[in-house]
Amino acid sequence: MTTVAGGPAGGSGAPGGAVGSVTGMSSVAVGQKRPWKAALDDLADGWKQRELWGHLGWQDIRQRYRRSVLGPIWISITMAVTAVALGILYAGLFNNDLSVQLPYILVGFIVWGFISGCIGEGAEVFIANEGLIKHLPAPLSVHVYRLVWRQSLFFLHNLVVYVVMLVIFPQPLRWTDLTAVPAFLLLAVNGAWVALLLGIITTRFRDLTPITQSIVQLSFFLTPIVWIYDDLLNSPNPAVAERARLAELNPFLHFVEIIRRPMLGEPQNLTNWVVVLVITVVGWALTMLVLRRFRSRVSYWV
Amino acid sequence: MTVTETARHVSISTEGACVDFPIFDAKSRSLKKTVAGLVGGNIDSGAKVPIIEALKDITLHLEHGARVGLVGHNGAGKSTLLRLLSGIYEPTRGRAAINGRVAPVFDLGVGMDPEISGLENIMIRGLFLGMTRKQMESRVDDIADFTELGDFLRMPLRTYSTGMRVRLALGVVTSIDPEILLLDEGIGAVDAAFLEKSKKRLSELVERSGLLVFASHSDEFLRELCDTALWMEHGQIKQQGPLEDVLRAYKGAGG
Repeated sequence: MTTVAGGPAGGSGAPGGAVGSVTGMSSVAVGQKRPWKAALDDLADGWKQRELWGHLGWQDIRQRYRRSVLGPIWISITMAVTAVALGILYAGLFNNDLSVQLPYILVGFIVWGFISGCIGEGAEVFIANEGLIKHLPAPLSVHVYRLVWRQSLFFLHNLVVYVVMLVIFPQPLRWTDLTAVPAFLLLAVNGAWVALLLGIITTRFRDLTPITQSIVQLSFFLTPIVWIYDDLLNSPNPAVAERARLAELNPFLHFVEIIRRPMLGEPQNLTNWVVVLVITVVGWALTMLVLRRFRSRVSYWV
Repeated sequence: MTVTETARHVSISTEGACVDFPIFDAKSRSLKKTVAGLVGGNIDSGAKVPIIEALKDITLHLEHGARVGLVGHNGAGKSTLLRLLSGIYEPTRGRAAINGRVAPVFDLGVGMDPEISGLENIMIRGLFLGMTRKQMESRVDDIADFTELGDFLRMPLRTYSTGMRVRLALGVVTSIDPEILLLDEGIGAVDAAFLEKSKKRLSELVERSGLLVFASHSDEFLRELCDTALWMEHGQIKQQGPLEDVLRAYKGAGG
């Protein structure tokens, strides 16, 4: 075993002079990887560590309800209580039938929970993992996958409430409504770029974290979750119907719709899918640019 | 970090690598000039955002079999160098190439969760160190034996004393098979009887690993694990060579 502790051996105190390749180092070493490759490797290597983030995502959920008797069932209970309370309230306010208003609000809430979780937690994904980032050389994407996985688990817990709702208020579901599954996957893919992009930016500019939280909160009201979009479109008052069109400028509407429509047995709307697909492509392209440029800076910034 | 199929052999090499930290929230500081030069790296206050040059012009080449001790004052850049070598910090200038799976042990507690049991923590800590679930499952008994914690392993970590936590962490850390092992000081904080036992495991771990860099203030530990050394000062390599030579020079300089 030849030990080559580089530099001029023997202790001539030269501070890091030029060093030739000592003892025939076949320099196949990774070298300074090209930034594009490094960015793609980050995503791929992170994906390979599924065991790690998969485990951690579960742990996060169990951790949140540790020492409580019901544990993660609380996720479902909270969702059920909120949906029922708001369902009753808004059914009264809008003079709608509870069997229409409640399922609409419940499904909207479940989807919104995922969206706001990805954005809200995405805005601090690297800040919150400072300890891990500074101590372990893991790809950045590991923290993002963990976040999206955790949010997906929340989503699954909330689906229990949806199933219960189906028993009480049956919906006209058909096989084609299984498009909700790819729709959710698409939502998760978008959650990943949003968290990655926001995570990088907010790590550098800390003021953006609270701003993001406010925007998410505001978007909740701008997105048809408690108010029924179609009702406004078909409103007898032409001014209201006109204004309702503006809601289509809200990207969140399209993400909610591609999942909510099939889950309530309504036909899919092509426009929604086109908008979502365009956002997916553009969003990932933008994120890759930022990842390529700033990936290696995140550990300096946290 | 990165294992290239074609290059199975383990190595780290850097060329003129620098690590500069931007300090965004320190624009109006009055101590700027006086602070520089006492401890730590150099603070460049000319730029818009102050920059701390934590490491400067690091050129080194470590191959399979290297057993390098890292000495230097507090703030000389030892920990930052370990992070550079692990790939956590990519050099802001210069180059660094790391070939091999890195197991960084800077903080025994990182990734440990106080609310879950010792056994679960063993699994998580192992996954963090790059092991697979299967590998960890086959090692759990060995780790449990070593820690002598018995039934306590089923209790949440928050019920453990500091010493018990160190035992657990050491048990996991010394059970892995790293290609590149980077150790930071602070591993000696265990009771004497246990220390003897962990020393043996630690040297076995070092035997197994392809490459070791170990930062420590303890000459005794350094002599036990290393044969060469690297002396850091002000973020630069002051001297490198055989352990005894470097230690003598370092002590001579009032270290």
